[in-house]
Amino acid sequence: MKHSFIDQYSGLDSFIHKLDPRTKFITSIVFIVLVVLTPIRNWHVFVIYFCLIVTCLAISKLPLLYVLKRSLVIVPFVLVIAVFIPFFKQGEIAGSYNIWLWQVSVTYDGLLILANVVTKAWLCIFSLILLSATTNFTNLLRGLQQLRMPKVIVLILSFMYRYIFVLTDEVMRMRQARDSRDFGGGRLRQVKTIGHMIGTLFIRSYERGERIYTAMLARGFDGEIRSLRQLSFKRADAYFSVVFGLVLISSAIISWYL
Amino acid sequence: MDRAVEIENLSFSYPDGQQGLKHINLVVNIGENLAVIGPNGAGKSTLLLHLNGILRGNSIVKIFGLPVEEKNLKEIRRKVGLVFQEPEDQLFSPTVFDDVAFGPINMGYSESEVRQRVTEALKSVRMTGYEQRSPHHLSIGEKKRIAIATVLSMSPELLVLDEPSSNLDPRSKWSLIGLLRQLPKTKIVAAHDLELVKALCQRTIILDKGEIVAEGTTEKILNDISLLKAHGLAPDL
Repeated sequence: MKHSFIDQYSGLDSFIHKLDPRTKFITSIVFIVLVVLTPIRNWHVFVIYFCLIVTCLAISKLPLLYVLKRSLVIVPFVLVIAVFIPFFKQGEIAGSYNIWLWQVSVTYDGLLILANVVTKAWLCIFSLILLSATTNFTNLLRGLQQLRMPKVIVLILSFMYRYIFVLTDEVMRMRQARDSRDFGGGRLRQVKTIGHMIGTLFIRSYERGERIYTAMLARGFDGEIRSLRQLSFKRADAYFSVVFGLVLISSAIISWYL
Repeated sequence: MDRAVEIENLSFSYPDGQQGLKHINLVVNIGENLAVIGPNGAGKSTLLLHLNGILRGNSIVKIFGLPVEEKNLKEIRRKVGLVFQEPEDQLFSPTVFDDVAFGPINMGYSESEVRQRVTEALKSVRMTGYEQRSPHHLSIGEKKRIAIATVLSMSPELLVLDEPSSNLDPRSKWSLIGLLRQLPKTKIVAAHDLELVKALCQRTIILDKGEIVAEGTTEKILNDISLLKAHGLAPDL
């Protein structure tokens, strides 16, 4: 079965796509750290951040709808964690409502925190979408490895990328097999079936892992992970880093003086 | 030295006590194509795993005169290219290039040599241009070819294939057989696809319940219908 990959749009051709994965990785991390550390009251700085990330997204030629859809992953987190804050935070009351027996009041401080969480989460997720959608996953792994990320972790990530859809296929086949023999039955029975499926999936993955390890041994794997170095920084990386860095520094200065 | 494989009185049982192989005696000459046929669970894969020391039984297996021991493992694994039945297990890297390069990199070749070997291996399975593809998105026939390329890149002297035609449609199967016939190497093929055996191997052994029960030219074995029936390799009508 075909699946759309995490790096579905990594084949597009744009300035951002051509950058070295390490450049993109480091600028994303710096961007995220700065966004998180900037106090929400400096809202004009957030305008700069927003413009910066939107410019990059525009340069990257990623479809707008795709980016927006992808960014919706933060919604559950925001809903679960942040949406209640305005109701519980003490402070100046922005509005007060009577709902049947309860009196509910919303405070300005609480709203500010909510805005803080939502804005920051959204900006961070945009930058991660930009990173993951414009970088071929293999290159990203190679970049991480050259940034001295432990090889074991890089290897685990590459196995994840390789096998996640193999396992998805396996689950889909198991579900089809279950559905074609499903003649109703109580809820408890169905829960039990799902439990068995999870167990089976675990055992199958474990056995597959052993077979893969055998295949690695057969080709001379001796526990040491070797790889070819393939990435090299280009002039575009320097330009991008300088421009991106300058914008971030100027926004830091603005947030300091205003 | 004209013997690729020498096995003398090899027995092996799995950790759970299940007997895998019983008193196997086998000699394979260099340049020979040998088929190992037998029903499911006969021990075909177990036997193949002894050829590069992944499993080791009670007696020493010799590969090109070299005993399969800890100190020779690296050399033996370079000389013996083992292609597993399930390409999904054999191809574990994010791209085809990484997978074909895995063996040569482990052998410690230089970067330019690794690249050259990958190019040549892909060319010999007619898959040039697939370097940056993800194995997940290939058809089963393509995966099988890449799986063969992953061992060819180590230029093995003995090619060991476990069920090379399983899950292939006739067209992919015959194109794979054509490809294998063109590879000038000693080959050991485990299969229960008798068409493949006939097209590829001059000599055949039948393995059943861990024992070699028959040995001879492929023509003689495949024409002995009652022998094939006795070991579940022909329809019992």
